[in-house]
Amino acid sequence: MSSQNSLSDQNLSLDETAKNMTSEAKIITRNLDFFYGDFQALKNINTQIDAHTVTALIGPSGCGKSTYLRVLNRMNDLIEGAKVKGEVLIDGQNIYDKKLDINELRKNVGMVFQKPTPFPKSIFENVAYGLRVNGMTENIKERVEKSLQQAALWNEVKDHLKKSALGLSGGQQQRLCIARTIAIQPDIILMDEPTSALDPISASQIEDLIMELKERFTIIIVTHNMQQARRVSDKTAFFYLGDLEEYDETPKIFESPASEKTQNYIRGKFG
Amino acid sequence: MSQSKQQKQTIVFTTFMVITVLVSAISIGVFFYIFFNGISVLSWGFFTGVPENGMTEGGIFPAIMGTLILIVGSGLVAFPMGILAGIFMNEYAHQNWFKKFVRLMTNNLAGIPSIVFGLFGMAFFVNGLGFGVSILSGCLTLGVLILPIIIRTTEESLKFIPDDYRLASYALGASKWQTIWRVILPAALPNIVTGVILAIGRVAGETAAILFTVAAYFLPKMPTSIYDETMALPYHLYVISTSGTDIEKARPYADGTALTLLMLVFGLNLLANWYRKRLNKKIKV
Repeated sequence: MSSQNSLSDQNLSLDETAKNMTSEAKIITRNLDFFYGDFQALKNINTQIDAHTVTALIGPSGCGKSTYLRVLNRMNDLIEGAKVKGEVLIDGQNIYDKKLDINELRKNVGMVFQKPTPFPKSIFENVAYGLRVNGMTENIKERVEKSLQQAALWNEVKDHLKKSALGLSGGQQQRLCIARTIAIQPDIILMDEPTSALDPISASQIEDLIMELKERFTIIIVTHNMQQARRVSDKTAFFYLGDLEEYDETPKIFESPASEKTQNYIRGKFG
Repeated sequence: MSQSKQQKQTIVFTTFMVITVLVSAISIGVFFYIFFNGISVLSWGFFTGVPENGMTEGGIFPAIMGTLILIVGSGLVAFPMGILAGIFMNEYAHQNWFKKFVRLMTNNLAGIPSIVFGLFGMAFFVNGLGFGVSILSGCLTLGVLILPIIIRTTEESLKFIPDDYRLASYALGASKWQTIWRVILPAALPNIVTGVILAIGRVAGETAAILFTVAAYFLPKMPTSIYDETMALPYHLYVISTSGTDIEKARPYADGTALTLLMLVFGLNLLANWYRKRLNKKIKV
Protein backbone atom coordinates (compact mmCIF):
# COMPACT_ATOMS: atom_id res chain seq x y z
CA MET A 1 0.00 0.00 0.00
CA SER A 2 2.64 2.42 1.05
CA SER A 3 4.88 1.53 -1.88
CA GLN A 4 1.98 2.16 -4.21
CA ASN A 5 1.50 5.54 -2.68
CA SER A 6 5.07 6.59 -3.10
CA LEU A 7 4.98 5.33 -6.66
CA SER A 8 2.01 7.52 -7.52
CA ASP A 9 3.71 10.42 -5.75
CA GLN A 10 6.70 9.90 -7.99
CA ASN A 11 4.52 9.83 -11.05
CA LEU A 12 2.93 13.03 -9.91
CA SER A 13 6.22 14.83 -9.48
CA LEU A 14 7.40 13.51 -12.85
CA ASP A 15 4.23 14.85 -14.38
CA GLU A 16 4.86 18.20 -12.81
CA THR A 17 8.39 18.39 -14.09
CA ALA A 18 7.13 17.56 -17.52
CA LYS A 19 4.65 20.38 -17.24
CA ASN A 20 7.36 22.78 -16.27
CA MET A 21 9.63 21.74 -19.10
CA THR A 22 7.36 22.05 -22.06
CA SER A 23 5.05 24.81 -22.98
CA GLU A 24 1.78 23.09 -23.67
CA ALA A 25 -1.85 24.01 -24.00
CA LYS A 26 -3.24 24.44 -20.50
CA ILE A 27 -6.56 25.94 -21.44
CA ILE A 28 -8.43 25.62 -24.71
CA THR A 29 -11.77 27.18 -25.53
CA ARG A 30 -13.59 26.10 -28.67
CA ASN A 31 -16.57 27.96 -30.10
CA LEU A 32 -17.33 29.37 -26.68
CA ASP A 33 -20.58 31.32 -26.42
CA PHE A 34 -21.86 32.77 -23.19
CA PHE A 35 -25.30 34.17 -22.39
CA TYR A 36 -26.80 36.12 -19.52
CA GLY A 37 -30.42 35.29 -20.25
CA ASP A 38 -30.97 36.61 -23.77
CA PHE A 39 -27.86 38.77 -23.80
CA GLN A 40 -24.85 37.18 -25.48
CA ALA A 41 -21.75 38.27 -23.57
CA LEU A 42 -19.20 36.10 -25.41
CA LYS A 43 -19.34 35.20 -29.10
CA ASN A 44 -17.51 32.23 -30.51
CA ILE A 45 -14.31 32.57 -28.51
CA ASN A 46 -11.43 30.32 -29.59
CA THR A 47 -8.33 30.52 -27.44
CA GLN A 48 -5.39 28.46 -26.40
CA ILE A 49 -3.46 29.44 -23.28
CA ASP A 50 -0.13 27.77 -22.60
CA ALA A 51 1.12 26.63 -19.21
CA HIS A 52 3.37 28.97 -17.24
CA THR A 53 2.49 32.05 -19.16
CA VAL A 54 0.77 35.26 -18.19
CA THR A 55 -2.14 36.25 -20.37
CA ALA A 56 -3.63 39.72 -20.10
CA LEU A 57 -7.29 40.32 -20.98
CA ILE A 58 -8.00 43.87 -22.02
CA GLY A 59 -10.92 45.76 -23.49
CA PRO A 60 -13.52 48.37 -22.63
CA SER A 61 -15.96 47.79 -19.76
CA GLY A 62 -18.64 45.28 -20.64
CA CYS A 63 -16.59 43.70 -23.43
CA GLY A 64 -16.73 40.21 -21.90
CA LYS A 65 -13.22 39.86 -20.48
CA SER A 66 -14.40 39.29 -16.89
CA THR A 67 -17.08 36.93 -18.15
CA TYR A 68 -14.43 34.95 -19.99
CA LEU A 69 -12.30 34.83 -16.84
CA ARG A 70 -15.23 33.56 -14.80
CA VAL A 71 -16.03 30.90 -17.36
CA LEU A 72 -12.72 29.25 -16.50
CA ASN A 73 -13.57 28.52 -12.84
CA ARG A 74 -17.31 28.36 -13.44
CA MET A 75 -17.95 31.30 -11.17
CA ASN A 76 -20.68 32.32 -13.61
CA ASP A 77 -22.67 29.28 -12.54
CA LEU A 78 -23.78 31.32 -9.53
CA ILE A 79 -25.61 33.80 -11.74
CA GLU A 80 -29.17 32.87 -12.53
CA GLY A 81 -29.88 32.59 -16.24
CA ALA A 82 -26.23 32.16 -17.23
CA LYS A 83 -25.62 29.69 -20.07
CA VAL A 84 -22.48 28.34 -21.72
CA LYS A 85 -22.14 26.81 -25.18
CA GLY A 86 -19.06 25.33 -26.77
CA GLU A 87 -16.11 23.65 -25.11
CA VAL A 88 -13.73 24.72 -22.37
CA LEU A 89 -10.86 22.29 -21.83
CA ILE A 90 -8.38 22.46 -19.00
CA ASP A 91 -5.63 19.87 -19.30
CA GLY A 92 -7.76 18.28 -21.97
CA GLN A 93 -10.80 17.85 -19.76
CA ASN A 94 -14.08 19.60 -20.49
CA ILE A 95 -14.80 21.58 -17.34
CA TYR A 96 -18.50 21.85 -18.22
CA ASP A 97 -18.83 18.08 -18.14
CA LYS A 98 -21.78 17.14 -15.93
CA LYS A 99 -19.68 14.67 -13.96
CA LEU A 100 -17.04 17.23 -13.07
CA ASP A 101 -16.65 18.14 -9.39
CA ILE A 102 -16.94 21.91 -9.38
CA ASN A 103 -15.16 22.37 -6.03
CA GLU A 104 -12.27 20.33 -7.35
CA LEU A 105 -12.15 22.56 -10.44
CA ARG A 106 -12.06 25.73 -8.32
CA LYS A 107 -9.33 24.26 -6.18
CA ASN A 108 -7.31 23.80 -9.35
CA VAL A 109 -8.23 27.19 -10.83
CA GLY A 110 -7.70 29.83 -8.16
CA MET A 111 -9.05 33.36 -8.29
CA VAL A 112 -8.00 36.75 -6.97
CA PHE A 113 -10.68 39.43 -6.99
CA GLN A 114 -10.61 43.13 -7.68
CA LYS A 115 -11.41 44.12 -4.12
CA PRO A 116 -9.20 42.39 -1.55
CA THR A 117 -11.56 40.02 0.27
CA PRO A 118 -9.87 38.61 3.35
CA PHE A 119 -12.28 36.72 5.60
CA PRO A 120 -12.98 38.21 9.05
CA LYS A 121 -10.52 35.75 10.55
CA SER A 122 -6.89 35.84 11.61
CA ILE A 123 -4.12 36.16 9.03
CA PHE A 124 -3.16 32.54 9.64
CA GLU A 125 -6.71 31.23 9.37
CA ASN A 126 -7.26 33.11 6.13
CA VAL A 127 -4.46 31.21 4.44
CA ALA A 128 -5.32 27.95 6.19
CA TYR A 129 -8.97 28.21 5.14
CA GLY A 130 -8.50 26.81 1.65
CA LEU A 131 -6.42 23.95 3.04
CA ARG A 132 -9.04 23.10 5.65
CA VAL A 133 -12.04 23.12 3.31
CA ASN A 134 -10.12 20.91 0.88
CA GLY A 135 -9.32 18.42 3.61
CA MET A 136 -5.56 19.06 3.63
CA THR A 137 -5.03 18.75 7.35
CA GLU A 138 -1.32 17.95 7.35
CA ASN A 139 1.51 20.45 7.67
CA ILE A 140 -0.88 23.36 7.74
CA LYS A 141 1.61 25.55 9.55
CA GLU A 142 4.37 24.92 7.03
CA ARG A 143 2.09 25.41 4.06
CA VAL A 144 0.75 28.69 5.44
CA GLU A 145 4.27 29.97 6.01
CA LYS A 146 5.42 28.93 2.56
CA SER A 147 2.44 30.52 0.86
CA LEU A 148 2.94 33.78 2.74
CA GLN A 149 6.58 33.76 1.69
CA GLN A 150 5.67 33.13 -1.94
CA ALA A 151 3.22 36.00 -1.78
CA ALA A 152 5.99 38.25 -0.39
CA LEU A 153 4.01 38.94 2.75
CA TRP A 154 5.73 36.72 5.33
CA ASN A 155 8.20 39.28 6.65
CA GLU A 156 5.47 41.79 7.31
CA VAL A 157 3.07 39.48 9.14
CA LYS A 158 5.14 36.68 10.69
CA ASP A 159 4.95 38.20 14.18
CA HIS A 160 1.20 38.70 14.24
CA LEU A 161 -0.32 35.77 12.42
CA LYS A 162 -3.09 35.61 15.02
CA LYS A 163 -4.25 39.16 14.38
CA SER A 164 -7.30 39.83 12.25
CA ALA A 165 -6.63 40.09 8.53
CA LEU A 166 -8.95 43.08 8.38
CA GLY A 167 -6.28 45.16 10.09
CA LEU A 168 -3.88 44.85 7.13
CA SER A 169 -3.49 47.55 4.49
CA GLY A 170 -5.19 47.11 1.12
CA GLY A 171 -2.00 45.98 -0.59
CA GLN A 172 -1.21 43.53 2.19
CA GLN A 173 -4.77 42.21 2.07
CA GLN A 174 -4.45 41.58 -1.66
CA ARG A 175 -1.17 39.73 -1.18
CA LEU A 176 -2.87 37.75 1.59
CA CYS A 177 -5.59 36.80 -0.89
CA ILE A 178 -2.88 35.66 -3.31
CA ALA A 179 -1.23 33.65 -0.51
CA ARG A 180 -4.61 32.12 0.28
CA THR A 181 -5.04 31.17 -3.37
CA ILE A 182 -1.60 29.61 -3.87
CA ALA A 183 -1.77 27.73 -0.57
CA ILE A 184 -4.02 25.11 -2.12
CA GLN A 185 -1.59 24.76 -5.03
CA PRO A 186 -3.76 25.48 -8.04
CA ASP A 187 -2.39 25.16 -11.58
CA ILE A 188 -4.06 28.29 -12.83
CA ILE A 189 -4.62 31.65 -11.14
CA LEU A 190 -7.27 34.01 -12.45
CA MET A 191 -6.89 37.65 -11.47
CA ASP A 192 -9.71 40.12 -11.97
CA GLU A 193 -8.19 43.60 -11.93
CA PRO A 194 -6.14 42.68 -8.88
CA THR A 195 -4.45 46.08 -8.51
CA SER A 196 -7.19 48.52 -9.48
CA ALA A 197 -8.21 49.10 -5.85
CA LEU A 198 -4.62 49.62 -4.68
CA ASP A 199 -2.14 52.48 -4.44
CA PRO A 200 0.71 52.55 -7.02
CA ILE A 201 3.35 51.06 -4.70
CA SER A 202 1.15 48.15 -3.63
CA ALA A 203 0.19 47.67 -7.27
CA SER A 204 3.79 47.39 -8.40
CA GLN A 205 4.49 44.87 -5.60
CA ILE A 206 1.64 42.74 -6.92
CA GLU A 207 3.01 43.05 -10.46
CA ASP A 208 6.44 41.85 -9.33
CA LEU A 209 4.72 38.99 -7.60
CA ILE A 210 2.81 38.01 -10.73
CA MET A 211 6.05 37.74 -12.68
CA GLU A 212 7.55 35.51 -10.02
CA LEU A 213 4.47 33.32 -9.76
CA LYS A 214 4.56 32.66 -13.49
CA GLU A 215 7.28 30.06 -12.79
CA ARG A 216 4.80 27.85 -11.03
CA PHE A 217 1.38 28.87 -12.23
CA THR A 218 -0.49 29.76 -15.37
CA ILE A 219 -1.85 33.24 -14.85
CA ILE A 220 -4.67 35.08 -16.56
CA ILE A 221 -5.20 38.67 -15.58
CA VAL A 222 -7.96 41.13 -16.45
CA THR A 223 -6.69 44.69 -16.42
CA HIS A 224 -7.68 48.18 -17.46
CA ASN A 225 -4.11 49.34 -17.15
CA MET A 226 -2.32 49.11 -20.52
CA GLN A 227 1.15 49.55 -18.99
CA GLN A 228 0.42 46.74 -16.61
CA ALA A 229 -0.69 44.41 -19.39
CA ARG A 230 2.45 45.26 -21.27
CA ARG A 231 4.75 44.76 -18.30
CA VAL A 232 3.47 41.49 -16.92
CA SER A 233 1.99 39.48 -19.77
CA ASP A 234 3.33 37.20 -22.47
CA LYS A 235 0.15 37.24 -24.48
CA THR A 236 -2.66 39.73 -24.64
CA ALA A 237 -6.28 39.21 -25.64
CA PHE A 238 -8.35 42.20 -26.68
CA PHE A 239 -12.09 41.75 -26.23
CA TYR A 240 -14.62 44.01 -27.85
CA LEU A 241 -18.41 43.73 -27.49
CA GLY A 242 -18.21 40.03 -26.73
CA ASP A 243 -15.83 39.21 -29.58
CA LEU A 244 -12.23 38.24 -29.21
CA GLU A 245 -10.97 40.95 -31.52
CA GLU A 246 -7.30 40.12 -31.33
CA TYR A 247 -5.16 37.64 -29.43
CA ASP A 248 -1.41 37.56 -29.85
CA GLU A 249 2.01 38.00 -28.29
CA THR A 250 1.94 41.07 -26.03
CA PRO A 251 4.67 43.04 -27.88
CA LYS A 252 2.87 42.42 -31.16
CA ILE A 253 -0.46 43.67 -29.77
CA PHE A 254 1.07 46.82 -28.40
CA GLU A 255 3.47 47.62 -31.21
CA SER A 256 1.75 46.50 -34.37
CA PRO A 257 -1.80 45.33 -33.70
CA ALA A 258 -3.58 43.81 -36.67
CA SER A 259 -6.95 45.31 -35.86
CA GLU A 260 -7.74 48.98 -36.00
CA LYS A 261 -10.02 48.63 -32.97
CA THR A 262 -7.18 47.22 -30.94
CA GLN A 263 -4.95 50.07 -32.00
CA ASN A 264 -7.54 52.69 -31.11
CA TYR A 265 -8.18 51.09 -27.74
CA ILE A 266 -4.58 50.78 -26.61
CA ARG A 267 -3.89 54.33 -27.75
CA GLY A 268 -6.71 55.50 -25.51
CA LYS A 269 -9.12 56.59 -28.21
CA PHE A 270 -12.01 54.84 -26.48
CA GLY A 271 -12.56 52.69 -23.46
CA MET B 1 -23.85 79.86 6.79
CA SER B 2 -26.57 82.50 6.88
CA GLN B 3 -28.10 83.71 10.14
CA SER B 4 -31.50 82.07 9.61
CA LYS B 5 -29.96 78.77 8.56
CA GLN B 6 -27.90 78.77 11.72
CA GLN B 7 -30.97 79.50 13.83
CA LYS B 8 -32.94 76.74 12.16
CA GLN B 9 -30.12 74.33 12.83
CA THR B 10 -30.05 75.30 16.53
CA ILE B 11 -33.80 74.83 16.87
CA VAL B 12 -33.75 71.43 15.21
CA PHE B 13 -30.78 70.31 17.26
CA THR B 14 -32.37 71.45 20.54
CA THR B 15 -35.64 69.73 19.71
CA PHE B 16 -33.91 66.43 19.05
CA MET B 17 -31.88 66.72 22.23
CA VAL B 18 -34.90 67.52 24.42
CA ILE B 19 -36.80 64.55 23.01
CA THR B 20 -33.82 62.24 23.54
CA VAL B 21 -33.39 63.41 27.13
CA LEU B 22 -37.10 62.98 27.75
CA VAL B 23 -37.09 59.40 26.45
CA SER B 24 -34.06 58.52 28.56
CA ALA B 25 -35.65 60.19 31.58
CA ILE B 26 -38.77 58.05 31.26
CA SER B 27 -36.86 54.78 31.18
CA ILE B 28 -34.50 55.88 33.95
CA GLY B 29 -37.51 57.01 35.97
CA VAL B 30 -39.25 53.65 35.61
CA PHE B 31 -36.08 51.84 36.56
CA PHE B 32 -35.42 53.92 39.67
CA TYR B 33 -39.04 53.77 40.77
CA ILE B 34 -38.92 49.98 40.75
CA PHE B 35 -35.41 49.97 42.17
CA PHE B 36 -36.13 52.14 45.24
CA ASN B 37 -39.43 50.40 45.94
CA GLY B 38 -37.95 46.96 45.74
CA ILE B 39 -34.42 47.30 47.05
CA SER B 40 -35.39 47.17 50.76
CA VAL B 41 -36.97 43.74 50.29
CA LEU B 42 -33.98 42.13 48.58
CA SER B 43 -31.95 39.80 50.73
CA TRP B 44 -30.30 36.42 50.39
CA GLY B 45 -33.35 34.83 51.91
CA PHE B 46 -35.61 36.52 49.39
CA PHE B 47 -33.74 34.91 46.50
CA THR B 48 -33.37 31.48 48.07
CA GLY B 49 -36.58 31.09 50.05
CA VAL B 50 -40.09 30.06 49.12
CA PRO B 51 -43.27 32.17 49.37
CA GLU B 52 -44.85 32.18 52.84
CA ASN B 53 -47.99 33.39 54.58
CA GLY B 54 -50.29 33.12 51.62
CA MET B 55 -47.63 34.55 49.32
CA THR B 56 -47.36 37.87 51.12
CA GLU B 57 -43.77 37.40 52.21
CA GLY B 58 -40.88 34.96 52.08
CA GLY B 59 -38.76 34.24 49.01
CA ILE B 60 -39.24 33.77 45.30
CA PHE B 61 -36.72 31.02 44.58
CA PRO B 62 -39.18 28.72 42.76
CA ALA B 63 -40.26 31.56 40.46
CA ILE B 64 -36.66 32.50 39.62
CA MET B 65 -35.80 28.91 38.82
CA GLY B 66 -39.00 28.52 36.79
CA THR B 67 -38.18 31.55 34.66
CA LEU B 68 -34.61 30.34 34.08
CA ILE B 69 -35.94 26.92 33.07
CA LEU B 70 -38.38 28.52 30.65
CA ILE B 71 -35.60 30.64 29.11
CA VAL B 72 -33.35 27.64 28.56
CA GLY B 73 -36.16 25.37 27.42
CA SER B 74 -37.72 27.78 24.94
CA GLY B 75 -34.21 28.60 23.71
CA LEU B 76 -33.60 24.91 23.01
CA VAL B 77 -36.82 24.85 21.02
CA ALA B 78 -36.45 28.11 19.12
CA PHE B 79 -32.73 28.82 18.62
CA PRO B 80 -31.75 25.82 16.48
CA MET B 81 -34.99 25.89 14.52
CA GLY B 82 -34.98 29.66 14.07
CA ILE B 83 -31.33 29.88 13.08
CA LEU B 84 -31.65 27.01 10.60
CA ALA B 85 -34.79 28.58 9.13
CA GLY B 86 -33.00 31.94 8.88
CA ILE B 87 -30.07 30.29 7.08
CA PHE B 88 -32.43 28.55 4.71
CA MET B 89 -34.31 31.76 3.96
CA ASN B 90 -31.22 33.81 3.17
CA GLU B 91 -28.81 31.27 1.71
CA TYR B 92 -30.90 28.61 0.05
CA ALA B 93 -34.44 29.79 -0.72
CA HIS B 94 -34.93 31.22 -4.19
CA GLN B 95 -36.80 34.45 -4.71
CA ASN B 96 -40.21 32.85 -5.34
CA TRP B 97 -43.72 32.52 -3.96
CA PHE B 98 -42.60 30.04 -1.32
CA LYS B 99 -40.07 32.39 0.19
CA LYS B 100 -42.53 35.25 0.07
CA PHE B 101 -45.16 33.08 1.73
CA VAL B 102 -42.81 31.98 4.51
CA ARG B 103 -41.73 35.58 5.10
CA LEU B 104 -45.35 36.71 5.25
CA MET B 105 -46.19 34.00 7.77
CA THR B 106 -43.13 34.83 9.89
CA ASN B 107 -44.13 38.48 9.97
CA ASN B 108 -47.69 37.54 10.88
CA LEU B 109 -46.41 35.30 13.63
CA ALA B 110 -44.43 38.20 15.07
CA GLY B 111 -47.55 40.35 15.18
CA ILE B 112 -49.83 37.92 17.00
CA PRO B 113 -50.68 39.03 20.57
CA SER B 114 -49.10 36.77 23.15
CA ILE B 115 -52.41 35.83 24.75
CA VAL B 116 -53.33 34.20 21.44
CA PHE B 117 -50.12 32.17 21.64
CA GLY B 118 -51.14 31.22 25.17
CA LEU B 119 -54.52 30.00 24.00
CA PHE B 120 -52.96 28.21 21.03
CA GLY B 121 -50.47 26.55 23.38
CA MET B 122 -53.28 25.38 25.59
CA ALA B 123 -55.34 24.06 22.70
CA PHE B 124 -52.47 22.42 20.83
CA PHE B 125 -49.70 21.40 23.23
CA VAL B 126 -51.63 21.08 26.52
CA ASN B 127 -54.79 19.42 25.22
CA GLY B 128 -54.18 18.44 21.61
CA LEU B 129 -50.86 16.68 22.10
CA GLY B 130 -51.70 15.85 25.70
CA PHE B 131 -48.58 17.37 27.27
CA GLY B 132 -50.78 18.89 29.99
CA VAL B 133 -49.99 22.10 31.82
CA SER B 134 -46.25 21.51 31.93
CA ILE B 135 -42.78 22.90 31.36
CA LEU B 136 -42.79 21.12 28.00
CA SER B 137 -45.96 22.89 26.86
CA GLY B 138 -44.70 26.22 28.19
CA CYS B 139 -41.34 25.97 26.48
CA LEU B 140 -42.92 24.94 23.18
CA THR B 141 -45.39 27.84 23.35
CA LEU B 142 -42.68 30.36 24.24
CA GLY B 143 -40.44 28.82 21.58
CA VAL B 144 -43.07 29.40 18.90
CA LEU B 145 -43.55 32.93 20.25
CA ILE B 146 -39.89 33.92 19.84
CA LEU B 147 -39.30 31.94 16.64
CA PRO B 148 -40.02 34.92 14.35
CA ILE B 149 -37.51 37.10 16.22
CA ILE B 150 -34.78 34.50 15.78
CA ILE B 151 -35.59 33.78 12.13
CA ARG B 152 -35.67 37.44 11.20
CA THR B 153 -32.50 38.49 12.99
CA THR B 154 -30.65 35.49 11.57
CA GLU B 155 -31.85 36.33 8.08
CA GLU B 156 -31.00 40.01 8.43
CA SER B 157 -27.57 39.25 9.93
CA LEU B 158 -26.74 36.93 7.03
CA LYS B 159 -27.96 39.45 4.47
CA PHE B 160 -25.55 41.94 6.00
CA ILE B 161 -22.51 39.74 5.18
CA PRO B 162 -21.03 40.88 1.87
CA ASP B 163 -21.28 38.49 -1.09
CA ASP B 164 -17.53 38.94 -1.59
CA TYR B 165 -16.95 36.49 1.25
CA ARG B 166 -19.15 33.88 -0.40
CA LEU B 167 -17.48 34.27 -3.80
CA ALA B 168 -13.98 34.22 -2.31
CA SER B 169 -14.82 31.06 -0.43
CA TYR B 170 -16.31 29.28 -3.46
CA ALA B 171 -13.25 30.33 -5.47
CA LEU B 172 -11.11 28.38 -2.99
CA GLY B 173 -13.06 25.23 -3.68
CA ALA B 174 -15.31 25.41 -0.61
CA SER B 175 -18.79 23.97 -0.84
CA LYS B 176 -21.83 26.03 -0.03
CA TRP B 177 -22.26 24.51 3.40
CA GLN B 178 -18.54 24.91 4.23
CA THR B 179 -18.85 28.55 3.22
CA ILE B 180 -21.89 29.11 5.41
CA TRP B 181 -20.52 27.18 8.38
CA ARG B 182 -16.95 28.46 8.38
CA VAL B 183 -17.21 32.00 7.01
CA ILE B 184 -20.73 33.38 6.89
CA LEU B 185 -22.13 32.17 10.22
CA PRO B 186 -19.10 33.21 12.32
CA ALA B 187 -19.18 36.64 10.70
CA ALA B 188 -22.91 36.97 11.34
CA LEU B 189 -22.88 35.52 14.84
CA PRO B 190 -22.47 38.79 16.80
CA ASN B 191 -25.64 40.12 15.19
CA ILE B 192 -27.50 36.86 15.62
CA VAL B 193 -26.67 37.07 19.31
CA THR B 194 -28.54 40.38 19.40
CA GLY B 195 -31.67 38.58 18.27
CA VAL B 196 -31.11 35.96 20.91
CA ILE B 197 -30.83 38.69 23.56
CA LEU B 198 -34.13 40.19 22.48
CA ALA B 199 -35.75 36.79 22.54
CA ILE B 200 -34.46 36.01 26.02
CA GLY B 201 -35.80 39.29 27.35
CA ARG B 202 -39.14 38.49 25.78
CA VAL B 203 -39.30 35.03 27.36
CA ALA B 204 -38.27 36.28 30.79
CA GLY B 205 -41.07 38.83 30.87
CA GLU B 206 -43.79 36.91 29.06
CA THR B 207 -46.94 36.33 31.10
CA ALA B 208 -49.88 35.68 28.82
CA ALA B 209 -48.23 32.85 26.91
CA ILE B 210 -47.47 30.85 30.07
CA LEU B 211 -50.76 31.58 31.79
CA PHE B 212 -52.51 28.40 30.61
CA THR B 213 -49.56 26.35 29.51
CA VAL B 214 -47.11 26.04 32.40
CA ALA B 215 -47.44 28.62 35.17
CA ALA B 216 -48.35 27.41 38.66
CA TYR B 217 -50.16 29.64 41.14
CA PHE B 218 -48.25 28.33 44.10
CA LEU B 219 -45.74 25.51 43.87
CA PRO B 220 -42.77 25.85 46.19
CA LYS B 221 -41.38 22.44 45.16
CA MET B 222 -38.77 22.27 42.36
CA PRO B 223 -40.02 20.55 39.20
CA THR B 224 -38.58 17.08 38.68
CA SER B 225 -39.58 16.47 35.06
CA ILE B 226 -40.61 18.39 31.96
CA TYR B 227 -44.19 17.31 32.62
CA ASP B 228 -44.34 19.30 35.88
CA GLU B 229 -45.74 22.76 36.26
CA THR B 230 -43.54 25.54 37.56
CA MET B 231 -43.84 29.02 38.99
CA ALA B 232 -42.39 31.90 36.95
CA LEU B 233 -41.50 35.48 37.86
CA PRO B 234 -43.91 37.46 35.66
CA TYR B 235 -46.91 35.28 36.44
CA HIS B 236 -46.01 35.25 40.12
CA LEU B 237 -45.88 39.04 40.07
CA TYR B 238 -49.25 39.15 38.39
CA VAL B 239 -50.78 36.81 40.96
CA ILE B 240 -49.50 38.54 44.07
CA SER B 241 -50.45 41.98 42.77
CA THR B 242 -53.96 41.13 41.60
CA SER B 243 -55.38 38.02 43.16
CA GLY B 244 -53.34 37.16 46.24
CA THR B 245 -54.75 36.64 49.71
CA ASP B 246 -53.78 40.10 50.96
CA ILE B 247 -52.63 42.37 48.15
CA GLU B 248 -51.86 45.37 50.36
CA LYS B 249 -49.72 43.35 52.70
CA ALA B 250 -47.90 41.72 49.79
CA ARG B 251 -46.95 45.05 48.19
CA PRO B 252 -43.25 45.11 49.31
CA TYR B 253 -42.95 41.43 48.37
CA ALA B 254 -44.32 42.25 44.91
CA ASP B 255 -41.98 45.20 44.52
CA GLY B 256 -39.02 42.95 45.31
CA THR B 257 -40.25 40.44 42.74
CA ALA B 258 -40.57 43.16 40.10
CA LEU B 259 -37.04 44.36 40.80
CA THR B 260 -35.70 40.80 40.61
CA LEU B 261 -37.35 40.27 37.23
CA LEU B 262 -35.93 43.56 36.00
CA MET B 263 -32.45 42.68 37.25
CA LEU B 264 -32.64 39.26 35.65
CA VAL B 265 -33.48 40.70 32.23
CA PHE B 266 -30.84 43.44 32.62
CA GLY B 267 -28.25 40.91 33.74
CA LEU B 268 -28.94 38.59 30.83
CA ASN B 269 -28.76 41.51 28.42
CA LEU B 270 -25.43 42.64 29.85
CA LEU B 271 -24.06 39.11 29.66
CA ALA B 272 -25.16 38.66 26.07
CA ASN B 273 -23.86 42.09 25.15
CA TRP B 274 -20.49 41.30 26.64
CA TYR B 275 -20.39 38.06 24.68
CA ARG B 276 -21.33 39.86 21.48
CA LYS B 277 -18.58 42.43 21.99
CA ARG B 278 -16.07 39.66 22.56
CA LEU B 279 -17.11 37.96 19.33
CA ASN B 280 -16.87 41.23 17.46
CA LYS B 281 -13.42 41.88 18.82
CA LYS B 282 -12.30 38.46 17.70
CA ILE B 283 -13.44 39.26 14.17
CA LYS B 284 -12.15 42.81 13.92
CA VAL B 285 -8.68 43.43 15.29
